[in-house]
Amino acid sequence: MHDISLTVNGQSYERRVESRLLLSDFLRHELGLSGTHVGCEHGVCGACTILFDGQPIRSCLTFAVQANGHSLATVEGLAKSQSELHPLQEAFWEAHGLQCGFCTAGILMTLVPFLQENPDPSENEIREAISGNLCRCTGYQHIVDAVKLAAEKMK
Amino acid sequence: MKPAPFDYAAPASLEAALALKAKHGDDAKFLAGGQSLIPAMNFRLVQAHLLVDLNGLADLDYVRRADDGRLRLGAMVRQRRLERDSAIAGHSPLIHETMPFVAHPQIRNRGTLGGCLAHADPAAELPVIAVALGARFKTQSTRGERWIAAEDFFRGMFNTDLTPEEMLVEVELPRLPPRTGTAFVEFARRRGDYALLGVAAVVTLDEKGVCQQARLVYLNAGDGPVNAKEAAGILRGEKPSAAVIEAASAKAAQAEIAPLGNVHASPEYQRHLARVLGRRVLRQAFDRAGSQGK
Repeated sequence: MHDISLTVNGQSYERRVESRLLLSDFLRHELGLSGTHVGCEHGVCGACTILFDGQPIRSCLTFAVQANGHSLATVEGLAKSQSELHPLQEAFWEAHGLQCGFCTAGILMTLVPFLQENPDPSENEIREAISGNLCRCTGYQHIVDAVKLAAEKMK
Repeated sequence: MKPAPFDYAAPASLEAALALKAKHGDDAKFLAGGQSLIPAMNFRLVQAHLLVDLNGLADLDYVRRADDGRLRLGAMVRQRRLERDSAIAGHSPLIHETMPFVAHPQIRNRGTLGGCLAHADPAAELPVIAVALGARFKTQSTRGERWIAAEDFFRGMFNTDLTPEEMLVEVELPRLPPRTGTAFVEFARRRGDYALLGVAAVVTLDEKGVCQQARLVYLNAGDGPVNAKEAAGILRGEKPSAAVIEAASAKAAQAEIAPLGNVHASPEYQRHLARVLGRRVLRQAFDRAGSQGK
């Protein structure tokens, strides 16, 4: 067992973990942050994408023990309060960027740093940015629309 | 879909990491980016008694240009940095061009140069690029260091020249001669998937536009990077006409690669791809070499 301390969405946590515990399971089962979804557990679907020191990564392809001393962000940290949405979430809502919602958290966490780097992305850049996230409902078109809308809102 | 239990160590120095590997040998595995190792562990295709995490070794994450024009890359350089670093793009544009084909941004944020090379997946891009560029690898163990040419490093599927005690610590890229053009193409069913076949070309022209040197290296066309030397022989000493390019790519496709086939592509189809992509990549590399001379 290993003692780890880390920050998630600005809040500090200390926990004792088994070395084989995946970061995705740690977030969901140890911290109760079940907004991070677990799809394929081998890095293909992107549902478990979180920010690790500001960069999107697959939380199913990292062990919890490796997050010791690092700063993470999950979908729970996007909105400023319980009563409002992040502009990106709002755009997904307005443009029908989700149906079942299983992939949404991973897509949002992929797109937050993407829009910071590319405030005015082309459709091709958007499609490239979400190429590592599978969605089985939308056919992606509404997701692309939502990202364009979010980029407008965030200007 | 969860890994079997293992012990975990996060050494603070390269020496400590090498000492652990010397003690445990094949029972220990180095954990670099983990983007191939962890899925394999999740599937329980791989079980390790001890994982030695290299992510704390910041001194293996460097990009240095030596005085003689060679570029030295630490094994823990992330793939995202390979894609974006302007010093790397300026020295070896082939790396910059190829990286977007390596999985997805989320994977490249974690995945490392050394980890990908040591994993030696025949479908991976970086081993092919390393062979095409004539890279050398530095390995280290408690007993010392040695250098291995990229071409001699890959020993078949997921197999390398590394001994159980050794770590791949550095990749050295030579400076390309003037009038050298490079290119990479691959064909995958979806962006970011493993390619059904891919090929890198590095060609050098002399002042009269005659091919002096050529390398044509294929991925997913055998049990490791396939360096098509006979095809290169066809190109050397010739002006790169359409007929010469066709002859070289046909030679590689028919006689040099040994595609294994998979559920998405028969070996015959992979040979077809090798011929078409070989032609395309050579044309592009020669065009780039030619435009440099002007």
